[in-house]
Amino acid sequence: MSNVTMTVNGREVSGEVEDRTLLVQFLRENLGLTGTHVGCDTSQCGACVVHVDGRAVKSCTMLAVQAEDSAVTTIEGVAKGDELHPVQAAFREHHGLQCGYCTPGMIMTAIDMIRRHDGDLDEKTVRHDLEGNICRCTGYQNIVKAILAANEEMSGMREAAE
Amino acid sequence: MYSTTYHRVSSVDEAVKLLGDCDEAALLSGGQTLLPTMKARLAAPSDLIDLGRIDALKGISVDGRSVKIGAGTTHAEIHASKEIAAVCPGLHEMTGVLGDPAVRHMGTLGGSLANNDPAADYPAAILALDATIHTSKREIEAGQFLVGLFETALEDDEIITAVSFEAPERSGYEKFRNPASRYAMCGVFVAKSAETVRVGVTGAGGDGAFRWEAAEEALAQRFEASALEGLSLDPSEMLGDLHGSPEYRANLVRVMAKRALAKA
Repeated sequence: MSNVTMTVNGREVSGEVEDRTLLVQFLRENLGLTGTHVGCDTSQCGACVVHVDGRAVKSCTMLAVQAEDSAVTTIEGVAKGDELHPVQAAFREHHGLQCGYCTPGMIMTAIDMIRRHDGDLDEKTVRHDLEGNICRCTGYQNIVKAILAANEEMSGMREAAE
Repeated sequence: MYSTTYHRVSSVDEAVKLLGDCDEAALLSGGQTLLPTMKARLAAPSDLIDLGRIDALKGISVDGRSVKIGAGTTHAEIHASKEIAAVCPGLHEMTGVLGDPAVRHMGTLGGSLANNDPAADYPAAILALDATIHTSKREIEAGQFLVGLFETALEDDEIITAVSFEAPERSGYEKFRNPASRYAMCGVFVAKSAETVRVGVTGAGGDGAFRWEAAEEALAQRFEASALEGLSLDPSEMLGDLHGSPEYRANLVRVMAKRALAKA
């Protein structure tokens, strides 16, 4: 057993975990943050994507102890109070989900994607960068549409702020 | 996943010492292959030695055309490096199509090489780039480093610290993905230097990554796709499985080589 301490959604948390505990288990079972999902458990589907120190990672493919002293953001941490994150709002607006199981991972991946490309996104890039996220309902069409719309919205916000 | 004991180390020396002290330890770098393997109970190391926070293993240095990349550098960091993109576009391209974005944020150069998966991308690159593998003990030429399927020249207590190479004049990479696993069924890295051309092939060889020497000779005469016409590989040396026969893969190598050339 190890004691692990990290910052999750801006709050310092710690817990006693087995060394083999996956980050996603720590988030869901110790912290009760069940927005992060486990889909495949084989590192392929991306339902478990969270941000660790600002980068999208698969929380089913990282041990909780590896995240010691890191800053973790989950789907619960992206909205500002009642105001949805622009990517969440775009998924709602463009109906980028059906059953919703993959959605938390899709949104965390999309936020990371928009950051990495600094607003320079097109459909081809979005589809390539969604390679690690699987959706079995939508056929991806509206997910891509939502990400492009959010990208545009966020680029506009950045320009307005400058 | 079976129970294991996790250790975080801050230096390569500390990691080497722990390797000797532990019963059956495994080195954990990005963990993008090791952890899924442990979750499937195909590996059950008694101890995990996490190299992820050793600063000395991270970073990229480009001095003229001399490139050195720390073993703990992630695929995403290599892909994002403007210096790498400028001197070796083939490596830039390759590190952008390896795994997926989340995997590239965690997975490392050293971790991938030490695993030497026959369908991994880096083995093709290190052969084509004539790279040197730096370890805690010595320097190993790429050709000597890759021994066979999942097998390298690394000794039990030896850790990869960096990879270095002279950037070629032109380079390109192309792969054909297995539609389900997305691993390379064949990946070809082409690198042209002043006098020589080197062609590294991964995913297709029955004994792991290899150099396609006939193509190298033909391309040294004429660096264009048409130079590969009429060349063929011996299917008996190719991998065959439910995803593709040896004959299919032999043909795929030529097709991917042409596409890699078109990018170089």
